[in-house]
Amino acid sequence: MITEDTLTIVEPCFQLKGSRLPFTLLELYYYDYAEFNQRLETLVKQAPGFFRETPLVISLEKLDSQHPPIDFIELTEICRAYGVHPIAIKGGSDTQQLTALVAGLPSIPANPTQKLAKLNFDLVNNELPRSGARPAPRQDATRSELDGANIKRPTLATKLITKPVRSGQQIYAANADLVVLAPVSAGAEILADGNIHVYGTLRGRALAGIKGNTDARIFCQCLEAELLSIAGRYKLNDDLRDAHWQMPIQAYLVGTQLRISPLVE
Amino acid sequence: MAKIIVITSGKGGVGKTTTSASFATGLAQRGYKTVVIDFDVGLRNLDLLMNCERRVVYDFINVIKNEATLNQALIKDKRIDNLYILPASQTRDKDALTKEGVEKILQELSATYDYILCDSPAGIEKGALLALYFADEAIIVTNPEVSSVRDSDRILGILQSKSKRAELGKEPIKEHLLLTRYAPDRVERGEMLSVEDVRDILSIPLLGIIPESTSVLSASNEGCPVIWDQSSTAGLAYKDAINRFLGETIEHRFLLPEKKSFLRRMFGGLGA
Repeated sequence: MITEDTLTIVEPCFQLKGSRLPFTLLELYYYDYAEFNQRLETLVKQAPGFFRETPLVISLEKLDSQHPPIDFIELTEICRAYGVHPIAIKGGSDTQQLTALVAGLPSIPANPTQKLAKLNFDLVNNELPRSGARPAPRQDATRSELDGANIKRPTLATKLITKPVRSGQQIYAANADLVVLAPVSAGAEILADGNIHVYGTLRGRALAGIKGNTDARIFCQCLEAELLSIAGRYKLNDDLRDAHWQMPIQAYLVGTQLRISPLVE
Repeated sequence: MAKIIVITSGKGGVGKTTTSASFATGLAQRGYKTVVIDFDVGLRNLDLLMNCERRVVYDFINVIKNEATLNQALIKDKRIDNLYILPASQTRDKDALTKEGVEKILQELSATYDYILCDSPAGIEKGALLALYFADEAIIVTNPEVSSVRDSDRILGILQSKSKRAELGKEPIKEHLLLTRYAPDRVERGEMLSVEDVRDILSIPLLGIIPESTSVLSASNEGCPVIWDQSSTAGLAYKDAINRFLGETIEHRFLLPEKKSFLRRMFGGLGA
């Protein structure tokens, strides 16, 4: 058994370092499923070795600022089919960055060292151990402080929508829960940092806890959704059609597993 | 002040122009001074449906560009007083439309007309956006099939976000659902979405259901809006829709297959 004494001079289990790792940049000018797929296929055929399980950063810096939100889940799936793995995006409008984040692609800041410096500062302020003693009795407190530093916890604010959310519309409740007292149409997208409640039929996409809050949940009166996601773990329509289709449900995370159960047991 | 009504759908070929022609005629028949504007610049059709294609001299774009006055471009309907048509240009494209130009024309018409109908082109590009921008009310023409319903839903979102009323934070555009090409026998066989399905998805008030009818095509070919044909189900249904639009309460009809409708109503009545 490890005792308090043996740990007094042990290093923390990890440290964060600045880096300038070289990654291939995919510079996107516009996005169209068919064209993207075809172009990637052509490129991979020309140099199969180059693309074998390669990490990729998608640059949106040359993308028109008015370009409609890109389906990054779809884009990522195309890429993976050819053995390239998008790991992040660079640049792009706030909407694109948000859409990408939801699909599990964080945004690389313009000046990476700045962000790291800020992170270090946050860590210092929260008096996290940089080396030396691991304060065992404070473990729980430290963990919650770490959560507080890195994940923006939703406040008690609630965004209320009383009209139908139509195909092509996107509604985001920043640092808040989202309550929709109307149907959400197929082709619409609702996002929240906190929980999502839909009291009409949910036919579109619903993404809760998009900044990483794994405690977030989705509640809906009638499940006909295209996609449900909590903290980046998602299920698509095909998987949703199984057990609870057109039923009142809640969705939540158990570990990394997105689980769906009846709203009232 | 005229009321501005946009006839729109997102999807093409669902019956916007047919509806515009019949609706404009119906409002004029009820005594309202009405003008109908074809916003489908480059794909001019409304003039054909209203049989005035040979009388087009100046068009909508000429007026926007100050090449003609409004009175020179307006065509008086031959069948009924109170009805005027402002045709689209066939030689230009939608880029010739400007927000300022459209606003100027609508303001001028507003002074003397009761209703201004804007026949929107398909799509969600410039022509369609300008057709709906100044609207007070919208008639969403929808066919009972999934792609049409999806596109109507998209247009409803645009009405709520990109119209002048939305931008100024005024009372939202009043929305009406008009279900066209409805074939009750196909609904019964499960080949077509039912009225309830469509209402459930779009959740806006239902103005009318226009049954699928061969008389719509022949009316188009003859250049006579189908509302004039009061022997056809489609003509009767348009008349009902007009009356509902003007505030009357009329039960929806033509919801059941024609041959069975009498018996079904009997049994339905007994069962209830």
